[in-house]
Amino acid sequence: MGADAMSRLLLNHSLVMLAAYLLAFLQAKVTFFRDLVGAQPDLLPGLVLYVSLTGGGAQLMLVSLFGGLCLDSLSSNPLGISVLPLFLVGFLIRHNRHLLLRESLQTQWLLGAAAHAGVPLLTLVLLWLNHRTPLVGLFTLWQWVVMTLIGTAMTPVWFQVFDRLSGALNYQDEQSISFRPDRSIKRGRV
Amino acid sequence: MMLNRQPYLPLGLMLLISLALLKLPARTALQAKLAVGSLFLPLFALTASAQELGDKAGSLMVSHTELARQLDTLRRENEALKLRLREAQGILLENQRLRTALQVRGENPRPMRLARVTGRDPANWWRSIRINLGLRDGIPTNAPVVTPEGLVGRVAEVGYDHARVVLLGDPDCGVSVLIQETRDHGVISPDSANPIDNILVEIRFLSRNSTLRAGQRVVTSGLGGIFPKDILIGQVVDFHSVDFGLYNEARVRVAAPLNALEEVWVLTP
Repeated sequence: MGADAMSRLLLNHSLVMLAAYLLAFLQAKVTFFRDLVGAQPDLLPGLVLYVSLTGGGAQLMLVSLFGGLCLDSLSSNPLGISVLPLFLVGFLIRHNRHLLLRESLQTQWLLGAAAHAGVPLLTLVLLWLNHRTPLVGLFTLWQWVVMTLIGTAMTPVWFQVFDRLSGALNYQDEQSISFRPDRSIKRGRV
Repeated sequence: MMLNRQPYLPLGLMLLISLALLKLPARTALQAKLAVGSLFLPLFALTASAQELGDKAGSLMVSHTELARQLDTLRRENEALKLRLREAQGILLENQRLRTALQVRGENPRPMRLARVTGRDPANWWRSIRINLGLRDGIPTNAPVVTPEGLVGRVAEVGYDHARVVLLGDPDCGVSVLIQETRDHGVISPDSANPIDNILVEIRFLSRNSTLRAGQRVVTSGLGGIFPKDILIGQVVDFHSVDFGLYNEARVRVAAPLNALEEVWVLTP
């Protein structure tokens, strides 16, 4: 791998980690939705989804691990409980990404719904397996629906934001066009 | 590159990492958690400064007339409170004299530290907050946290300059309580049916012979050694008997505004 490709990879990894860090912080700090509808939306599955469709395997591992650890450090969760759910959802999507139309809005919504519904469920299962008793009741169903809906609605927004960020901070691939000025037909009298 | 060629290798690797993290010894896990949590200190400090700046800018906008009116109100309140304090000091002295005469040991009032709430638990299934005091400020684990309205919870994890407080109703915050009027003992557990507004908790294991009424005050019993006696928790909303009349359960409306906490007091030893 050349030095240029290496620095590009490092930049991508740093960007993804920075995004995970900021999203975990926002989730702990901004309580607008919690105050309004009684449920705090999960922001990291959107990032994991984006990375699983656009990045490499190492980047997916990095975002799941770092994002999960950040989230758990701000929560009463045992450290590391959010890592596996984030990675599993990303892994499943990445495994089938050759079948998915990433640019399509409907695909983004569907995948967003799956990711935002799957991550909290898997986390709860892991908590129970880890002999922890989270605060779960009938109202959890409402919270789960709200988390999924908000996450689904936000997914295309994340794609737009991350695409723009990635475009602004990375070198763009050179566009190869078939036009050659030396082969163009000159019209008119010479 | 290798990860791309062997798609199941990352899965195995992540499973191993997760297992290793979850099986860390409690002390190591806590230290690692606090270390990762301290990465957020710059952001929390930045938002706190921005908030302070906003508050200061807001106070500059208040008119002179409004400030004079507020000052007048505060002066009157201050005088009324001074009178109440003088009465209370008399009662306190009398209480101490009687305690000495009866040879009953009382609890000394504990020093308190004001803390600012810097964040809430990002997960929906826990009730906890993050405060801006830690070991640096002499905050120990299990220190009770209160507001002027009543009990908030206890300190669960302490970092160098931040701490996490589990709120009343969290599965990790059991409190031994008593009904002030009837002196019936019970234990607070989360009312999982309604985690939306944090204002209701459930008291379990109340005696089946207890005479419960809506509106009765519930206070800490002092049992368990974490919470001092007689801190207000809230008022009984309703009650019912469980397990074929073996014991009673009551729902309590928490006095402290757990949904809108901005500043709290930590009782230090």
